[in-house]
Amino acid sequence: MRLKIPSNFRIIRVPCTGKVDVIHILRAFEKGADGVYVVGCMEGDCHFNEGNFRARKRVEQAAKILDQVGVGGERVKMFNLSAGEGPLFAQFSIEMDNIIRELGPSPIRVAKQKKKDAA
Amino acid sequence: MSDLNTASNLEKVLKAGHIGVTSECGPPRGSDADEVKKKGALIRDYVDAINVTDNQTAMTRMSSLAACVHLKLMGIEPVLQMVTRDRNRVALQSDILGAASFDIPNMLCLSGDHQSFGDCAQGQNVHDLDSMQLVQTVRYMRDEGKFLGGDDIKRPPKIFVGAAANPFADPFEIRVPRLAKKIACGAEFIQTQCIYNLDKFKEWIKIAADRGLTEKTFIMAGMTPMKSVGMAKYMKNRVPGMDVPDEIIKRLAGAEKGKQAQEGIDICVEHIQELKELNGVSGFHIMAIEWEEKVPEIVERSGLYPRPEV
Amino acid sequence: MIIAEKKPIEEIIDEVKDFNRLLILGCNECVTVCEAGGKKEVEILASALRMYFINKGDEKVITENTLERQCDHEYLEELRSNIDDYDAIVSLACGVGVQFAAEKYLTTPLIPGVNTVCLGANEDRGLWTERCQACGSCVLARTGGICPVSRCAKRVLNGPCGGSTNGKCEISKDVDCAWQLILDRLKALDKMGDYEKIAPIKDWSTDRAGGPRTVTREDVKI
Ligand code: SF4
Ligand code: SF4
Repeated sequence: MRLKIPSNFRIIRVPCTGKVDVIHILRAFEKGADGVYVVGCMEGDCHFNEGNFRARKRVEQAAKILDQVGVGGERVKMFNLSAGEGPLFAQFSIEMDNIIRELGPSPIRVAKQKKKDAA
Repeated sequence: MSDLNTASNLEKVLKAGHIGVTSECGPPRGSDADEVKKKGALIRDYVDAINVTDNQTAMTRMSSLAACVHLKLMGIEPVLQMVTRDRNRVALQSDILGAASFDIPNMLCLSGDHQSFGDCAQGQNVHDLDSMQLVQTVRYMRDEGKFLGGDDIKRPPKIFVGAAANPFADPFEIRVPRLAKKIACGAEFIQTQCIYNLDKFKEWIKIAADRGLTEKTFIMAGMTPMKSVGMAKYMKNRVPGMDVPDEIIKRLAGAEKGKQAQEGIDICVEHIQELKELNGVSGFHIMAIEWEEKVPEIVERSGLYPRPEV
Repeated sequence: MIIAEKKPIEEIIDEVKDFNRLLILGCNECVTVCEAGGKKEVEILASALRMYFINKGDEKVITENTLERQCDHEYLEELRSNIDDYDAIVSLACGVGVQFAAEKYLTTPLIPGVNTVCLGANEDRGLWTERCQACGSCVLARTGGICPVSRCAKRVLNGPCGGSTNGKCEISKDVDCAWQLILDRLKALDKMGDYEKIAPIKDWSTDRAGGPRTVTREDVKI
């Protein structure tokens, strides 16, 4: 069975998850994203040796900051898969979609919307 | 080593060639002097002098100097312990003079446990001098009659100066060179860390004797009776620089129920008897922590009673 | 270099909450290398603060800037033309940078965004450790190149103390005993004989004890 990737995701391609920095994750939330997930290669399989380990640490740092500023660290996640595991990718997306639907919209998006409505 | 430098009874006993005996008393965590006096009265006839600890394990207690004064006023000879953790050179010199004003004739110079072990872990530490430099300071004040700043002292302190040595701390290879340094700084007597590993101690003192160090200072072997196998395990595993061989733990564990404490005393007495005969051992420093009432028994059974009149 | 550590965001939030226009000011030197106050950290802090205050319905104007050096007049001057645009500056420089900025812009409140920890080195990824306390009178020539002032918990000059165990300091199994390191070095240098030289009482007047220290060089003054 072919799993469909939920359509409400925007995919940003990077050469390696090691390229993803904390600020990229935070900016996504600042712009109103409800969740961010980083999908990297299996741990130990990074072409650049430790890119995906770095990514995991950065996801953890971002989660901590999101907790501190009231957005919620559970909105950011890291997943790992090996090349060619398309179905798994779709499965992670569905999983993330479910998490976010349960959490509801990001408070940043809500606050921005409120401001727009007031203007 | 025969000329007397001070009026210290401990100095007299040691220089007369007797085996010296000291014990210790920790001041209370309060201002009731009776606790000090009681401990002093309990052991006064069995020792040549009593060490008074200086905020040991960095726990705030009644000052060592004040407790020494209480003992001195009872006619008991104190050994003032002083750590470099809490006082700068102004305060150290000033307390040395204070002690001398009461004719407290002995001092033991230490660096002190780090404050993080005690009740003021957030406090500063001073360490303006280290323990060796404190030994030098007391000797300078006594022998030159001068302050570190160079001015003359009116009535310089007459104090018999000691330092601690730990034959078991790491690394072993510098334990004797370190002793040599303390002696070079002017330490006239040495009180060691509690000894349980006799073989290692003997090795240490042999190397020291070969270098002639045991002729230059009086080494008093540190002895602490074990109250229980629990205490032995704690000392082995938790106290930095402590060497407790497994045989000791086994022996305590093998004692009948309720007899562990007695076994601990027996071990201590046997150790003293064995070390008494050892070349280079000039005395014993019996630290029966919160167990001062056992000191008379240990001293008597070790054949160190009565204390010599000198 | 100078090692600093980010302050908790909660603490910064509490300090800045009453200001509306903030400048988050990084420094390109030490704090960049120790990942506490460079451009990246400025971006992250600014983003976090923006989100926090948007979420609270109290949107602030938050500007980001990172200077080449905050402990330097020349670079700090770059702020002068816009200084009135900010109600406060959160500086991610070390304590030196924060103060230099404060001295220059007398009427602008300065809030430190990092805790300045020590003079140290990047020992390993994610690990920065102290090496010097700037005592003003260096003894390294006599201690095998290892500093007992900064690395011994009791700054013992004739060490080790009796607490040294298995090469570790009595304060923690995770801290090397400075004197073990000194001895290892003396051994490697075949200079164990030096161990028995007694270190004299130190002149601490060049240390913190002597008051704020200065270096004056008439030969380079103009
Ligand atoms: S001795 Fe003083 S100047 Fe030298 S490294 Fe240590 S603290 Fe720094
Ligand atoms: S154990 Fe070593 S580093 Fe720690 S206080 Fe003692 S001498 Fe200094």
